[in-house]
Amino acid sequence: MTLTSAPPAQPRPKRRPGDRIFAGTATSAGILILLVLAGVAVFLVTEAWPALTAPAADLPDGKSLGSYVAPLVFGTLLAAVIALIVATPLAVAIALFITYYAPRRLAAGLGYVVDLLAAIPSVVYGFWGIAALAPSLVPFYGWAERNLGFIPLFAGPASTTGKTMLTAGLVLAVMILPIISAISREVFSQAPALHREAALALGATRWEMIKMAVLPYGKSGIIGGAMLGLGRALGETLAVALVLSASGGITFNLISSSNPSTIAANIALQFPESSGLTVNVLIASGLALFLITLAVNMLARWVVTRRADFSGAN
Amino acid sequence: MAKRIDVSDLDIYYGNFKAVEGVNLSIEPRSITALIGPSGCGKSTFLRSLNRMHEVIPGARVEGKVVIDGQDLYGSDVDPVDVRRQIGMVFQRPNPFPTMSIYDNVVAGVRLNSTKMKRAALDDLVERSLRGANLWTEVKDRLDRPGAGLSGGQQQRLCIARAIAVEPAVLLMDEPCSALDPISTLAIEDLMTELKERFTIVIVTHNMQQAARVSESTGFFNLAGVGQPGRLVEFNPTEKIFSNPDQKATEDYISGRFG
Repeated sequence: MTLTSAPPAQPRPKRRPGDRIFAGTATSAGILILLVLAGVAVFLVTEAWPALTAPAADLPDGKSLGSYVAPLVFGTLLAAVIALIVATPLAVAIALFITYYAPRRLAAGLGYVVDLLAAIPSVVYGFWGIAALAPSLVPFYGWAERNLGFIPLFAGPASTTGKTMLTAGLVLAVMILPIISAISREVFSQAPALHREAALALGATRWEMIKMAVLPYGKSGIIGGAMLGLGRALGETLAVALVLSASGGITFNLISSSNPSTIAANIALQFPESSGLTVNVLIASGLALFLITLAVNMLARWVVTRRADFSGAN
Repeated sequence: MAKRIDVSDLDIYYGNFKAVEGVNLSIEPRSITALIGPSGCGKSTFLRSLNRMHEVIPGARVEGKVVIDGQDLYGSDVDPVDVRRQIGMVFQRPNPFPTMSIYDNVVAGVRLNSTKMKRAALDDLVERSLRGANLWTEVKDRLDRPGAGLSGGQQQRLCIARAIAVEPAVLLMDEPCSALDPISTLAIEDLMTELKERFTIVIVTHNMQQAARVSESTGFFNLAGVGQPGRLVEFNPTEKIFSNPDQKATEDYISGRFG
């Protein structure tokens, strides 16, 4: 199709200064975060490059990079997954109690206390872990080895100091509890009254109402909160460095004293005494952590949007 | 299944505030009773007190009696959850569960009653309820799609299907058509006339033509004054209310001469 005459010029939409300033600041904030992210990625890749390309013989211990990083990746994931498994149900239960069961005055106080948990520095958690939690878990580990030893998770030999993978996971669980519960609480309290009343009018008990109208609505919030918690658990350094007795390789044995370290804790412990290629190796492990976190977040996003049709958003 | 409701000397409070005062009326089974009146006069509150839904608001309580076929709804041993399983409710804004399919919405109430039903029996119930709500032909090919994807009128009929699926004794409707267009409204009114063969229906409405069209009896609620509790001014057969009401206030309201 050929045009015989130029289409009439569109009237230019009026540009208001307020709109332009706002659009400008919002856009530059968006670009800035991308730049920071790209900068971090570039740094990690360039600094990790020597380690990625060096022959195995030049690396510390003479092992290949893969066999150095693999136990760390495993340890990181294991500790974070333990934390998530313990913390998520607990956090959801706390959030439900605060939003739908607790008397109003108690709820406000309790919410505040849970939020306060997030403000405690991680070194305090780590110290609590070795000074209080680990010793008090020692009898349990002994019992678990004797009675549950047939399960590989509790194969033992039980640690006598309590500085085990399970202890580290539990400390991490307490640390991520406030994040998950704060976000869950927020979405639960916004579950529409319309749907809560629909459930109640059908003769739902309070728990059934929560199952029908609150949890489905809050599901994406729970997942989002859990992923934020997972992010923190994956990257947590100091608490794990203090609590975990790291000397072993890949194992699912949660109660022994030889455990794989985590990436972040390993970097913190090794970095001060490292130089040359060892630094590059540590940064390469950092790159692995970066990729894991990225993958976790993308996975979470995919889970949240998978059933968008049935979400409470429409 | 349909049951008779007797209300005597009912006062409804929100905390210390008396919202409704001294209601006495009898609702016949297998009939439609309409409640009309200005906004804020307590007719919705009264309606919700018939299945104890007003108790959802903290501090709400009643004095007086609501008796359904000889059973006192507010007896000390009566669980509000059981009351609501017997007395269904349809709300002003359509509220199908957004996370559930059309099918699951219909059987939501039945699943609560925790009777394990065979898949075939459930399928049958879904078809029966959706047919009962005049929705079957429109949705039978997409029962697994979300209920929130339907139009407003269809959603409201889905809510009615959900309410009648549990075979309640009474169906309460709180302005069920106020968010709908005239065609959907007509569909729901036709439906109500069919449903009254099986259920006792009480409907709150702001649409006086609607009250005149569908109901056998009509109650007029009004405020005694600003800050005063709402009262049931007149309760009579619909024909009488709209032609020759006993009270001057009723006549003024119906004819649009207010205050």
